[in-house]
Amino acid sequence: MIFLTIGTHEPFDRLIKAFDEWYVSTGRDDDVVAQVTDRATYHPKGFDTVPSLAPEPYKQTCERASVIVSHAGMGSIITAMSYGKPIVILPRRGHLNETRNDHQFSTAKKFANRSGVFVAMSEDDLGATLDSALTETGATGTQNGSISPFANPSLITALRDFIQFS
Amino acid sequence: MTNKSPQKRVLALSSAGGHFVQLCRLFPAFDSCLLSVASTNPSLAAEATLTATKAGIAPPTFYTIAEVNRWQWWRIPSAILGLLLVLLRVRPDVIVTTGAGPGFLALRLGKLLGARTVWLDSIANADELSLSGQKAGRFVDLWLTQWPDLATKDGPAYKGAVL
Repeated sequence: MIFLTIGTHEPFDRLIKAFDEWYVSTGRDDDVVAQVTDRATYHPKGFDTVPSLAPEPYKQTCERASVIVSHAGMGSIITAMSYGKPIVILPRRGHLNETRNDHQFSTAKKFANRSGVFVAMSEDDLGATLDSALTETGATGTQNGSISPFANPSLITALRDFIQFS
Repeated sequence: MTNKSPQKRVLALSSAGGHFVQLCRLFPAFDSCLLSVASTNPSLAAEATLTATKAGIAPPTFYTIAEVNRWQWWRIPSAILGLLLVLLRVRPDVIVTTGAGPGFLALRLGKLLGARTVWLDSIANADELSLSGQKAGRFVDLWLTQWPDLATKDGPAYKGAVL
């Protein structure tokens, strides 16, 4: 199953359209769970969508997915990494009014070299990125090693010390 | 091994979504504290409890707060009122946030009420600090970025990241 999520209630037609075109043209038969806002103007041809997922179903869907396809939001990226799931991300862009600034572009660049994170910098690259993510991780979604559930120890220690001396 | 310091009251809060995912990853830092958690989606209460259990700490009290940002300024007054009620009930010694708008307001108000404050800028902000993060730097007690490149002598410090 492929989990496609735009992360928020803000539309992200560019991702949905590029994914839909890839999905239809490759004739894949994976199930797709797609979280897409009601405010979207593009309606995918290859699969149905749900407007939102509560935290618990969202986690369960991540757990069942063989690959997650998402905007470059930290919620999606960290969740995918903590379940050891490959994630394909397309950053929302500031100049296209998909976010208020271009932080997702910075995030995408910084996370591009992490294991299990596959970055498409533009919608034109999405299909090829999906193909390589699926080839590299296996069609059934071989899991990467999942990351620690908590922040790195130096940050935890810094916070703990700050609190104790407050 | 002399007198044990009294348990600190900590309020950890953030917007829902990626900010909250990052906030939860800090929970082991609160293991000797009395923890309260607040966020903008009531269904995250379960997530807070689950994370606390995983971190080996008692289930926190959860409060729902309003989402707010500078573009929807007309929502700010009622958000402030809601946050004040939470602050007066929790009476935190320390407030920790990963952002965004509600976290910023909570640190501002908390500071006035005598709490010590921590701003941990989201790991999403890899090239520059968030706007709220830059503003928070003027008054918070601990100002952190998650990217070493963004740490400066007079600016935010880098002590590690949530990943």
